[in-house]
Amino acid sequence: MPYQYRGDIAHADVAFDAWAKTLEELFRDAARATVQVMAENLEGIRRSQTVEVKLTQENEEMLLFDFLNELIFYKDARRLLLLPAELTIMRGESGVELRGTLQGEEIDPARHEMNTDVKAVTMLRYAVEKTDEGWRATVVLDV
Amino acid sequence: MNVPAALKRITDQVWELPVSYKEGMLVPARIFASEKLVREMDAGVFEQVSNVATLPGIQRYAYCMPDGHWGYGFPIGGVAAMDPGTGVISPGGIGFDINCGMRLVLTNLTADQVFPKLHQLVDRLFARIPTGVGCHGFVKLKQDDFRSIVQQGSRWCLKNGFATQEDLDMTEEGGCFSGADASHISDKAVERGYNQLGTLGSGNHYCEIQVVKPENIMDAELAAAFGLTTVPNQVVIMFHCGSRGFGHQVATDYLKLFLSVMGRKYGIKIVDRELACAPFHSPEGQAYFSAMKCAVNMAFANRQVILHRIREVFSDLFHASPDELGLRMVYDVAHNTAKLERHEVNGTRKELLVHRKGSTRAFGPGAAGLPGCYAKTGQPVIIGGSMETGSYLLAGMQSGADAFFTTAHGSGRTMSRHEAKKNFRGDKLQREMEARGIYVRTDSFGGLAEEAGPAYKNIDEVVEATELAGLSKRVARLVPIGNIKG
Repeated sequence: MPYQYRGDIAHADVAFDAWAKTLEELFRDAARATVQVMAENLEGIRRSQTVEVKLTQENEEMLLFDFLNELIFYKDARRLLLLPAELTIMRGESGVELRGTLQGEEIDPARHEMNTDVKAVTMLRYAVEKTDEGWRATVVLDV
Repeated sequence: MNVPAALKRITDQVWELPVSYKEGMLVPARIFASEKLVREMDAGVFEQVSNVATLPGIQRYAYCMPDGHWGYGFPIGGVAAMDPGTGVISPGGIGFDINCGMRLVLTNLTADQVFPKLHQLVDRLFARIPTGVGCHGFVKLKQDDFRSIVQQGSRWCLKNGFATQEDLDMTEEGGCFSGADASHISDKAVERGYNQLGTLGSGNHYCEIQVVKPENIMDAELAAAFGLTTVPNQVVIMFHCGSRGFGHQVATDYLKLFLSVMGRKYGIKIVDRELACAPFHSPEGQAYFSAMKCAVNMAFANRQVILHRIREVFSDLFHASPDELGLRMVYDVAHNTAKLERHEVNGTRKELLVHRKGSTRAFGPGAAGLPGCYAKTGQPVIIGGSMETGSYLLAGMQSGADAFFTTAHGSGRTMSRHEAKKNFRGDKLQREMEARGIYVRTDSFGGLAEEAGPAYKNIDEVVEATELAGLSKRVARLVPIGNIKG
């Protein structure tokens, strides 16, 4: 399991740890952990719509913050449940840049087993760290 | 057992962590609770309320209410008043769901009149009030209309046929915080929220049908003044929701902005990044204060439009006008706000910026800003319990000055959502609740399981603690019979 929900650092909110060998995998897993708070069965989300995403931030930590917020934004603005399709993260002169596509479909309560809305990514215990094995993140979502 | 050894008991209901508890504390932290509630509090309450005590400009104490539990930045139930001249404003002291709040609405229907139609009533409310993840509302707006709404709050609803003047009079601040300037909100916040007016959302947001049983009236005089005892076993409606994606985006936008300027521009160091802040009188602090007011107004308008829908549903089902059915508001209270108010500090009345995060303003009798009908009673305070147990109507007390006239906002969680979902099944819970006389409709059985009664503190103990601490007086306990939740 590339991510695990935690009950020990937030009661009203949802916390998870994610870990992966590469930064792209970490972002993918953190996205899945975030969307699964809202929709139980991620395999049931059809990839019928594609949204391009391009983000730049000063470091990996704030880049993941912005990336997860993109998923939350599209859920409210366009009622879309999106998961990463392609992601590339590169370090450049102006910081860390993410380019990629998100794919998914509009929320359909009849088909998607819906859970709880994610309102925001909080800064509580928030961390993205390089480890000996790759990358690790701790995220607390406000729900 | 999470209680720190340094926690001192000041009175039966007041506990204190001294400034020596943590480096950087500028004032002591005080927790209002019975001994049992304090012992049940999670470690996050003590950690977070003492973190709040380190914020620049904090006055008197950092407080936590009896329903306090682990939040982000402030604990849920946290209260802090800053000197606006020297202090900061912090989105983490307000929350992402800005002006998440409660509204209580009367009817003149009895439980006997409603029971035969209860399923129809709950089903129709569920069909007509959008609930759940990402739900969009029925009021179709252009983005510019939405910008007017966030500046005008419930006043927009009055102009557009979704409110009565009495509704506005019975809403905190008349349903509109003045000084909300839409130039301080991002296009992204507008795009995220302009389709969500009149939606409940999910999580702990709900609309509940409740009964006022005669044996649950604790103060007959206040209950009568609040309109609660016009008929025996009177049916009332309580609902809880906030500023939806718009408010969440406003908070996220300014959390990021404050993180980027706090240290670099203002030299402020904080112990938890979720307490990101800016001097209140800085350009960033003032911009956030104005944007936050926009989100406050969106939430007032959201609850107002939902009330309009509730009136339509009752009117259709019971074949009478909203006036004939007595569908009148008791009050609307905000949970997650920051406001400039005048309070006493060291014997002098001064203007303070009061942050309330998961806590309720509870003005006592005679306070300025209450509608005339509540001048002698104090402000109605609406406390939502878990969907299985019950809720309360309280009244603000004159003795509440110590905590800047603030009280609890709900039961407060004792179990994480993760744990609740492991321990309860939503479909089974729905059947069990129906067998006990509570008909629930939901978009999400997973979400329902997270809201199970045992995941929350005992509401009776929480409200008793607020009364014993002199923060708010019990008026009546309200028992649920129907609930729609997201």
